[in-house]
Amino acid sequence: MITYINGRRHELNVSDLPKNLLAFLREELDLTGAKKGCGVGACGACTVLVNNRPVRSCRKTVADIVDRNVLTIEGLARGDGSLHPLQQAFVDAGAVQCGFCTPGMVLTAHAFLLANNNPTREEARKAISGNLCRCTGYQQIIDAIEAAASHYR
Amino acid sequence: MNEKNPAWRNDAAPKVTGRARYTDDLKFHNMLHAVPVYTDYVHARIMEVDASAAMKQPGVVTVITAGDVPGSVTFGQIIRDYRMLAGDKVRFNGDVVAVVVAETRDQAVAAVKLVSVKAEEMTPLLDPEEAMKPGAILVHELHGSNIVNHHKVRRGDADKAFKACDHVIEQEFRTQFVEHAYLEPETAVAVPRPDGVTEIYASMQHPFSTRRFVATLLGVSLADVEVRTVPMGGGFGGKDDTASVVAARAALAAKITGRPVKMTYDREWSVRESYKRHPYRISYKMGFSNQGRMEACQIRVVADAGAYCSVTPWVTWRSTVQCCGPYDVPNVHCDVYGVYTNNVVTGAMRGFGSPQMNFAVEQLVEMAAERCGMSPTEFRKRNMLRQGSVTVTGQKLDGHTVSLEQALDSTLAAAGYHEKYGRCSFGKAEGDELYGIGYAISYRGMSLGAEGMDFNSAVINVQFDGSILLEAAVHENGQGAESAMILICSDELGVPKERIRYRMPSTANIPDGGTTVASRGTIMGGGAVANAARSLKSKLAERLAPKLDCAPGDVRFKDGHIWGKDDARRMAWPEAMNQLFLMQEYPYSFGTFKAPQVTWDERTGQGNAYFTWVYGCQAVELTVNSKTGRVKLLNMVASHEAGKAVNRPMVLGQFYGGMAMGAGYAMFEDVGIEQGKILNVNFDQYRIPHSTDLPEMTAIIIENHDPASPSGAKGVGEPTNELMAPAIANAVYNATGVRRFRLPIRIEPRSGGGRP
Repeated sequence: MITYINGRRHELNVSDLPKNLLAFLREELDLTGAKKGCGVGACGACTVLVNNRPVRSCRKTVADIVDRNVLTIEGLARGDGSLHPLQQAFVDAGAVQCGFCTPGMVLTAHAFLLANNNPTREEARKAISGNLCRCTGYQQIIDAIEAAASHYR
Repeated sequence: MNEKNPAWRNDAAPKVTGRARYTDDLKFHNMLHAVPVYTDYVHARIMEVDASAAMKQPGVVTVITAGDVPGSVTFGQIIRDYRMLAGDKVRFNGDVVAVVVAETRDQAVAAVKLVSVKAEEMTPLLDPEEAMKPGAILVHELHGSNIVNHHKVRRGDADKAFKACDHVIEQEFRTQFVEHAYLEPETAVAVPRPDGVTEIYASMQHPFSTRRFVATLLGVSLADVEVRTVPMGGGFGGKDDTASVVAARAALAAKITGRPVKMTYDREWSVRESYKRHPYRISYKMGFSNQGRMEACQIRVVADAGAYCSVTPWVTWRSTVQCCGPYDVPNVHCDVYGVYTNNVVTGAMRGFGSPQMNFAVEQLVEMAAERCGMSPTEFRKRNMLRQGSVTVTGQKLDGHTVSLEQALDSTLAAAGYHEKYGRCSFGKAEGDELYGIGYAISYRGMSLGAEGMDFNSAVINVQFDGSILLEAAVHENGQGAESAMILICSDELGVPKERIRYRMPSTANIPDGGTTVASRGTIMGGGAVANAARSLKSKLAERLAPKLDCAPGDVRFKDGHIWGKDDARRMAWPEAMNQLFLMQEYPYSFGTFKAPQVTWDERTGQGNAYFTWVYGCQAVELTVNSKTGRVKLLNMVASHEAGKAVNRPMVLGQFYGGMAMGAGYAMFEDVGIEQGKILNVNFDQYRIPHSTDLPEMTAIIIENHDPASPSGAKGVGEPTNELMAPAIANAVYNATGVRRFRLPIRIEPRSGGGRP
């Protein structure tokens, strides 16, 4: 069984399948960008993309990613290490404070912009409604999504 | 976007790429995992904690109880009542009686249920008014009373003044327990070092406080503990005591096992155990004249401190000082009590005793205005503090710009308040949507005031090539403290910010600067950085003046160069630093900033409580659906005094985040406690604002550089969070025609077309 994580092929064992996806990413692959904020799928800090759709990795198992493409925050930056335009937009808009929600927020926004590359602010606001942020009031996050949209056109 | 220039912070790239390593992301060789053991009790005398069965579980290395503590099991920042491991009594449902330490976290969690606790249940004290009565059983026998503290203000003669008032309003207000809801739960790693020092990495906002808790529990000196800082996922005042206690337990486990130990909390444990914002019962009596002049206030506040003191005396002290809001009131009689109960502990939270008082005062002034047949703005303007005014504690406001009216006018103009006020529904509308606009104003004492010692330090250590290592005794809670320190240093020295590296401080290499709370990071840490930079510049000027053919007093620092008189000669910064090393002089400086003197007389509640003040105003537009009771926020506007905005996008972020948190406080945040047990222990039940709960926001930064602040900057973290609840309460009244005196504001759906 295989899965693709950040473009790289991973062989999976049967014993891996029931493991919690968030714990698997963090503990076994050292992909610690996905965070555990609540463990019940309510905060979105553990968001990763599976086939370009946001999922709560704390509520999934490894079985859910068999034969799928997984994108974690570590896989979004360019090959040369430079920031993806959406990441740069988060930086430029002042959308980052404590940063604990940021990986999940960026990935949710990325999936949204892949599907809608010319959104209104209201659409952007709705798109991130499942990701909690306690620091920013979301305003500068929406600014960032708006600013990054042109890069998806 | 509000800003044309892109935002900058030194830690943004690591955070957007997932490279930033928070505490729970760290792994150490041979690391163990620790988890807490709670009981079902709320108030009970502990007879026995039996861990023998748990000890036999696979992977379990040890189970630690109060008896294993080599140092003192109790600590506290003010009163040493906090049991880091409960041994004698369970005083609230979040008390921890044991810590299970195992090879994996899952193994530790699995063994928890095998720790058995025998205890004699006691009647829980859940109502602070009951707890205050003589004869009530005591939460802490040694304290001799359940009253933690009693603060007062005595000014003029309120009793006499009320008799002469044209109007007197009496009203009770109640506020709720509130969870900080930082996205990262408490977590700590303790690493025993070969030299005997215990090293701590933790999610906390006061490394020095954490060090004190750890050293106390271990029974070692402060120098035997080194607390290192790592990125942390939010604090909002909530990562002091509980975060420190978690670190202390991890340290104890590391000490006992001789191995690194990580203790990472689940959200449920965090909500159950961590301290909350105090619920207040406020009995307010306000007297005023027909002309709208406030004459007298009598105030009694009872704050539920929960099971341990934490910083209740300080929180309630701010409420005392600011008990009448930003108004000139000649006669004041105020009593504020903090009271022990067996509820969850309460302590510091963003706002720190002001959100509760503002909720009351800012509704009362509008009620009074209505009684006088005056607009809310006219009434406020007749009573508000201005340049040279004297506060209710007898402090003359001078030496800084009193920008209260400026904040009010700019907010109301941006919100279009005067045009829109006439459109408010007051319970009557054509359709189902009732419209309201409302606002509130406040003043706030900066930093700690008379709470205690208030100073900070910074080190500037310039290298041979001109690059700079900077550190200050402030903590990066997520607010951008490091970036602010770098920008202040860059501005002072005229060196590009890219040449400055912030060295994440450890308690082992910078003096204790107090906690990064009270909106004091930028003003206090930035003050120390500015002073360090000035002392460095004076040293450099003296050494380099001969090379620049001028007197030391003529040397200037700008554009990456050091300049002689009238810019006739210059040296590039790296070259100049190289020269210093060749002269065998270190371009190194240590700077401090001590808060100017404050005074306080606890007996009369009079004194110069804070060395400077800030002013703010927030407005909100909303609709209330008369059928469903649903509130929809349409627009929020804030103006706040920032002194000097060091990093504008980050200042704006404080405004937006503060307004958002204030909206949650007003509308739905509420820690539900039944018989001493918290019901909503995770985000699926405890609701904080989602993006769709919030409207677009407007932020207006007011800048009057403060001479009392070396950098000119003041703090904005808390002022931005203390006004939205009363603004929403006033807007809800203007929409529905009904006042709400309890937080959160609940509007019951009504059938039959009456006022909701």
